[in-house]
Amino acid sequence: MLNEWLYLGIFLTIALAIPAAALFIAGLLSPKKPNPIKDSTYECGMETVGVSWVQFKVQYYIYGLVFLVFDVETVLLYPWAVAYNKVALYGVLEVILFVAILASGLLYVWRKGALEWV
Amino acid sequence: MNFIYDPVPWVINWLTQLLLGWGLPINLVNTLLYLVGAVLICLGAMLFTTMLIWAERKIGGRFQDRLGPNRVGPWGIFQSIADMLKIFTKEYINPVGIDKIPFNLAPILAVAAVLAIWAVIPFSETVFGANINVALLFIIAIGGLGEMAIILAGFGSNNKYALLGAFRAVAQLISYEVPMVIVLLIPVMFSGSMGLNEIVQAQKIPFIIYAPVACVIFFICSIAENGRAPFDLIEADSELVAGYNIEYSGLKFGMFFVADFLHAFTSAIVFTTIFLGGWQGPGVEQMPVLGGAYMLIKTLVVYFLMLAIRFTLPRFRIDQMMALNWKILTPLALVTLLVTALVDKSIPHEMTLVRIGALVIVNVLLWLLADRMITAYRKRNPIQVVTGKARPLARPEILPVVEKEAAQ
Repeated sequence: MLNEWLYLGIFLTIALAIPAAALFIAGLLSPKKPNPIKDSTYECGMETVGVSWVQFKVQYYIYGLVFLVFDVETVLLYPWAVAYNKVALYGVLEVILFVAILASGLLYVWRKGALEWV
Repeated sequence: MNFIYDPVPWVINWLTQLLLGWGLPINLVNTLLYLVGAVLICLGAMLFTTMLIWAERKIGGRFQDRLGPNRVGPWGIFQSIADMLKIFTKEYINPVGIDKIPFNLAPILAVAAVLAIWAVIPFSETVFGANINVALLFIIAIGGLGEMAIILAGFGSNNKYALLGAFRAVAQLISYEVPMVIVLLIPVMFSGSMGLNEIVQAQKIPFIIYAPVACVIFFICSIAENGRAPFDLIEADSELVAGYNIEYSGLKFGMFFVADFLHAFTSAIVFTTIFLGGWQGPGVEQMPVLGGAYMLIKTLVVYFLMLAIRFTLPRFRIDQMMALNWKILTPLALVTLLVTALVDKSIPHEMTLVRIGALVIVNVLLWLLADRMITAYRKRNPIQVVTGKARPLARPEILPVVEKEAAQ
């Protein structure tokens, strides 16, 4: 089992190293002729105004929160799914209760209109 | 062990014996072999991507009644290699005000997040990478790393459009992760394990027959996770300037596209592994190498289906896409999970045919439910007709007087 994780560690290192190496080689091969106009921030050819730390719609953050709730609750279901063949019908009924709570959260968010993209 | 029947373990065995014969300790030999395997798979996948790009452009051309690449080499087969050579020699433009570390880390992370999935894929019964028991969670977690790359790219560029594009992309990707993660519970339930090897071994009958609705939901979500048409709002070039990768140039820009093409193929592989039975097929027990061939054929079919969808359907609007996810796919995924669990539990597993029959009937009912949900959504949100008036034809008598005089 430990060997598998060793392989995974090596694989992740290699997966990071190969694109990094490709970018490095391309950096050596490519010309470097910067000038102020070329290096300016690209916004459709207009001059940039202000900083990029502008306000965004609150919608993005609400989606983020809803995602967080759902993902965490679904991760809690995974151990149940692994043990599914061993639990009795009662276990399934319990999960139905669990998912009903999850779904009522979705219904609440839906009713509050947080899922509308405005 | 015979070379013809199972070449890869034969080679690994031979290399192990050779290295042990040189007097190296067994741990070092294993580490070296892991290193070689990882480099081969990563490099192979990256180089395979050039072929994927060519295939995608060629097939896409045929779908849209064009020729596709046809100049460099026979059938334009070297087009991607020419493109690769060109992009390697392009200048990196580093705009003023970028945050250097996230800006440079993002393209690397985008590719690495896709490549890392290949570490846990079982290619055949005897050829697999890490056989960890949480492989599905690993795939989901690594998928989250790709979203990290996008937000790093958007933030590091110090550009309003890039940041806006990154926000939109992440909103889409995390939303579609929810039904995907819910639906992935079903194969875990059937096989009783999160390891991909066990999931494939449990699929004497592929899970697509047990759970077709779950399978379709997963397929839709994996297309959306790729950010391809009809869900290509990440790079909606007619709406955003270009999305999160606007400030990138040269190979840094190319890396995002390598990640994109590779991700499409990788999700076809994951789909094949989880729902289509991976390397399972007739005659695999005697000849494990056949499993790799079955896997490749199934993956290519799924990939072709993805291409067909990509080149046929127009783009969703972002509110429609979000509504599809949160108001249709997520409730449907929850209902599918519960109903499948309940029906599967109430029928003993020895009665295979009854079990399959019941599950198929349940899935037909679920399909009808999905149809009802979409119809209800369409009723609540009718298509707005923006133009109703017929425009006048451009005839000489209705032309403005000035133009008439100018014509004379």
